[in-house]
Amino acid sequence: MANSESLEKNIVSIKNLSFSRGSRKIFDDISLDIERGKVTAIMGPSGTGKTTLLKLIGGQLSPDHGQIHVDGQNVHRLKSKDLFNLRKRMGMLFQSGALLTDMNVFDNVAFPLREHTNLPESMIRTLVLMKLHAVGLRGARNLMPSELSGGMARRVALARAIALDPLMIMYDEPFTGQDPISMGALVHLIKSLNVALGLTSIIVSHDVQETAAIADYIYVLSEGKIVGQGTPQQLAESDSKWVQQFMNGNADGPVPFQYPAPDYLDDLLASH
Amino acid sequence: MFEFLENLGKATRSSFAKLGRSTLFLGHTLTGIGDVIPRPNLLIKQIYSVGVLSFLIITISGLFVGMVLGLQGFYTLSDFGAEESLGVMVAASLVRELGPVVSALLFAGRAGSALTAEIGLMKATEQLSGMEMMAVDPVKRIISPRFLAGFISTPLLAALFSAVGVIGGHLVGVGMLGVDDGAFWAQMQANIDFQQDIINGVIKSIVFGFVVSWIALFEGYDAIPTAEGVSRATTRTVVNSAFSILGLDFILTALMFGDI
Repeated sequence: MANSESLEKNIVSIKNLSFSRGSRKIFDDISLDIERGKVTAIMGPSGTGKTTLLKLIGGQLSPDHGQIHVDGQNVHRLKSKDLFNLRKRMGMLFQSGALLTDMNVFDNVAFPLREHTNLPESMIRTLVLMKLHAVGLRGARNLMPSELSGGMARRVALARAIALDPLMIMYDEPFTGQDPISMGALVHLIKSLNVALGLTSIIVSHDVQETAAIADYIYVLSEGKIVGQGTPQQLAESDSKWVQQFMNGNADGPVPFQYPAPDYLDDLLASH
Repeated sequence: MFEFLENLGKATRSSFAKLGRSTLFLGHTLTGIGDVIPRPNLLIKQIYSVGVLSFLIITISGLFVGMVLGLQGFYTLSDFGAEESLGVMVAASLVRELGPVVSALLFAGRAGSALTAEIGLMKATEQLSGMEMMAVDPVKRIISPRFLAGFISTPLLAALFSAVGVIGGHLVGVGMLGVDDGAFWAQMQANIDFQQDIINGVIKSIVFGFVVSWIALFEGYDAIPTAEGVSRATTRTVVNSAFSILGLDFILTALMFGDI
């Protein structure tokens, strides 16, 4: 069990987590803590299971070994009703936005409020407009998800994620595929919401510059292990070759450019 | 040889696993129906999209099937001088067999495939996953209302099909081929039994509606969340529904009308 002091300090505490898909090991005995009120980034190359980690924290997947505590509760020991109650306090922003395509922007943001509260419609309207205003899309309330750009869809999804005033928000690759203006807007939003609403943010990303600009603490994952951790400053000064390669985006280094293959010359000359 | 056995074993195991998953899914869906009843809006919307929007295809198909029955029936019956029985022949074929079976096949093609594609794409675009993370059970919120809507719509569509089919038969038989109007209706009234024909037909269409909705929703929910996965699932819905409808029709007919 997490002791009360670390519970006070950390909203998420992962201990000795192992998880595999088929025979592929995604996480091999990793432990990490996410501090309340901070922006914590989890970074690593594509395919290191960053999204999987968010799904484990949210209880959508179960680990093979180890424990995940969120706000003092062991996520994978909870009954489904308690898990659902815990999820009301977690927001998650999916890479695609995951907006419900048969509803307009307003109804999408109103969705969690209508599902989980008995508030009168006038109150829901006020709340939804406030959330939409916070992400700058109050004027887009009548658009359908198909009419939104990728960046706008993510902002609507963000408004929906904060609709129930959660304790923490998990962002799954929030910056992928954004133009510089949308990217700037999202970076600003994530940071300002974290401060204004007193949230805890977990960002899963491989966009080094943007993430390092707003993260208080960064964990770098590779091949199922934590290969580096620290403040952005500490990581920039890290003497680990691996972390340097990742943070500077070098094509070759400890992570080889070539996928493991037989000798090049032998391969070319091999007869059919 | 060993490879063959291995593949056979794998295929058997995976189909049993799928059967198990689909049964659990059905249980979950049925328990969710309790949550749909206090929220009739969810149900009405789905009845509109699976039921009301199938009106046109059901009406037009029913009309043509009835007209063909009138035509074929007339030629066969007139050989025996029994044209007057055209009404009962048309009505019995429709109410007992063609109404429930053809309308369920059309329903599977028109609404079942749409349900599978919709649910599969919701899965592929993380909408179902997103709902789970918002602490909303997607089976109860998305699947159960659609299941109930399919279950309610099919018997009504089958009834519509049969009714329009009888009108089609009348149009051809009485309107074009000169069968006596009074005899057409009187024979039908005298020989179609409420319990034996109509209730049994309704039971059939209820069973088909249950099975088609189950298959369509499960295939969507179980689809591999890619473009190819969803397209395969949609095909499976139509094919499996057709097999199930025809197979079950034989079993139900044997139970209801046969002495097997």
